[in-house]
Amino acid sequence: MSDKPLVHAVNVHKAFGPTIVLKGVDLDVVAGEVVCLLGPSGSGKTTFLRCINQLETIQGGRIWIDGELAGYEEKDGRLHRLHEKRIAAQRREIGMVFQRFNLFPHMTALENVMEAPVQVRGRSKAEAEKRGLELLERVGLSDRCDYYPAQLSGGQQQRVAIARALAMDPKLMLFDEPTSALDPELVGDVLKVMRELAQAGMTMIVVTHEMGFAREVADRVVFMDDGVVVEQGAPLDIINNPQHERTKSFLSRIRKENDENAAALEARAAAEKL
Amino acid sequence: MTSETVGSSVPGAAGGGEQRPGTIDAVPVRHPGRWVAVAVLAVLAVMLVNLMVNNDAFQWSFVRQAMIQSPVIRGLLLGTLLVTAVAMLIAVALGVTLAVMRLSDNPVLAGSAFVFIWFFRAIPRYVLLFMMGTLGILWPGGLPIGAPLGHQIASLFGGSGDLAFTTIDANQLFSGIFCGMLGLGLSEAAYMAEIARAGILSVDPGQREAASALGMSNARAMRRVVLPQAMRVIVPPTGNETIAMVKDTSLLLAVPVTSELFYQLQSIGSRTFHTFPVAVAAVIWYLIICSVLMVIQSRIEGYFGRGFGSRLTPADQGTRARMLGLAGGGPR
Repeated sequence: MSDKPLVHAVNVHKAFGPTIVLKGVDLDVVAGEVVCLLGPSGSGKTTFLRCINQLETIQGGRIWIDGELAGYEEKDGRLHRLHEKRIAAQRREIGMVFQRFNLFPHMTALENVMEAPVQVRGRSKAEAEKRGLELLERVGLSDRCDYYPAQLSGGQQQRVAIARALAMDPKLMLFDEPTSALDPELVGDVLKVMRELAQAGMTMIVVTHEMGFAREVADRVVFMDDGVVVEQGAPLDIINNPQHERTKSFLSRIRKENDENAAALEARAAAEKL
Repeated sequence: MTSETVGSSVPGAAGGGEQRPGTIDAVPVRHPGRWVAVAVLAVLAVMLVNLMVNNDAFQWSFVRQAMIQSPVIRGLLLGTLLVTAVAMLIAVALGVTLAVMRLSDNPVLAGSAFVFIWFFRAIPRYVLLFMMGTLGILWPGGLPIGAPLGHQIASLFGGSGDLAFTTIDANQLFSGIFCGMLGLGLSEAAYMAEIARAGILSVDPGQREAASALGMSNARAMRRVVLPQAMRVIVPPTGNETIAMVKDTSLLLAVPVTSELFYQLQSIGSRTFHTFPVAVAAVIWYLIICSVLMVIQSRIEGYFGRGFGSRLTPADQGTRARMLGLAGGGPR
């Protein structure tokens, strides 16, 4: 396990019609590592994340998850596409958190968390409920078990979504801009849950614009632009001392936006105090 | 909080509840037009009641008698209610299946669903029922159940017969109430398929992705995540279709099925020459059935609407409050 990466992506290509989004992405992630994917919008980082758990099918390259080739089987020197059910089985080992939460609106928070363990893993309802309650407590929502998603704030919904993904006991967690759809004052609660998850040793790949989170929590930062990995390394090296021009301009733009957001938050807090 | 309830004082609520600071006490928007409309409608209603009470052509006692004749009740239960129920069951089950097939990646499923919908939507119900009632002519010796093309295969190998386990009397199969249920059910399924398809397409694609990411197969995601949400969109038009189906059972005469509400009432009318009262009797029965169905529909909508919050509509303010906009001051 230690010498073999949990995620091993080689020369991944993906196009939507005539638009080539990924132009040969290589990435290895070892177990227990937290990797933040940074990059301007349209750089392909979200697409790459979706390729890892096969929400998108890739047109070139290979992705191995824990030594198993994703989506295909190699037999007699040829690739054979896996049946939909086997792809579903591969996805069970990977948890995913979406930008827009995508909770099931017709189920309560607890039912959302229980759904996959009962339906997919075949666990008993009692067992799934016990684990569901534990997970909701872990994300700080034990008093919101019986609320429907529409009755929860964005930050609470996203924490339920994290609990829902964790309920499958994944080897790997993917986060697709988990705080981008949230009001600034709700971001902190979600990042706190993610930080705790990282400290507990979960392998995580996080697409984010939260520089603070990347700096504190990530073991490695990967900067993508125009469908390729431009540079990667320790968070402080990349964020404080970027080598490539594209990284530099992106970081300075992000820094400006963050400063503006912080200023707006401060102004709002000051106004509320009055 | 009104002044009458002060006597039964609730602790904490009694003193301060009367005038909460900052409560707006505004004069509501006036709606004098609503009261004018009420006056006009009241006059029309009185005229209608007068007509119904004083015009002898109504023959109310005859209407009452006609409504509860045993062939009429039997027609109501069998030809109207039972056929509606069974036809709608066939239609919803088959329609949802067809919708899922049509949206499937599998071109064989999608194509066959399309052909089914194309065929049954194109044929008028009355014509379809009429034709199904005559289908028995295709198998005068009975409908063989066995190997497909059994007769041809048997003659190919120099034998005779049709390789059938059993035969069904086709004349019996394609007649009567069973034929009516099947015909109306198949025809309705084509419409239900389009309604269900619209419902499925209304569900956010992110829902299916979330289900996939949790490792659900496509079929399970459809059953557990997409369809329950689609139902919220599917149920209202289905109620509509059910009510339409109640009325379409009067087409069963084409099969022919005679044990049906309207046919039975009409035959009373033609025997007794009291045609107007039997029409009134039919109208009353259809009104009763549709009223009951509307109540059932709103219950089902409430169930499938869970998790989507209570939509506050003007109706929630209460009719009284909305009318009182003229008098002002709100409820006193």
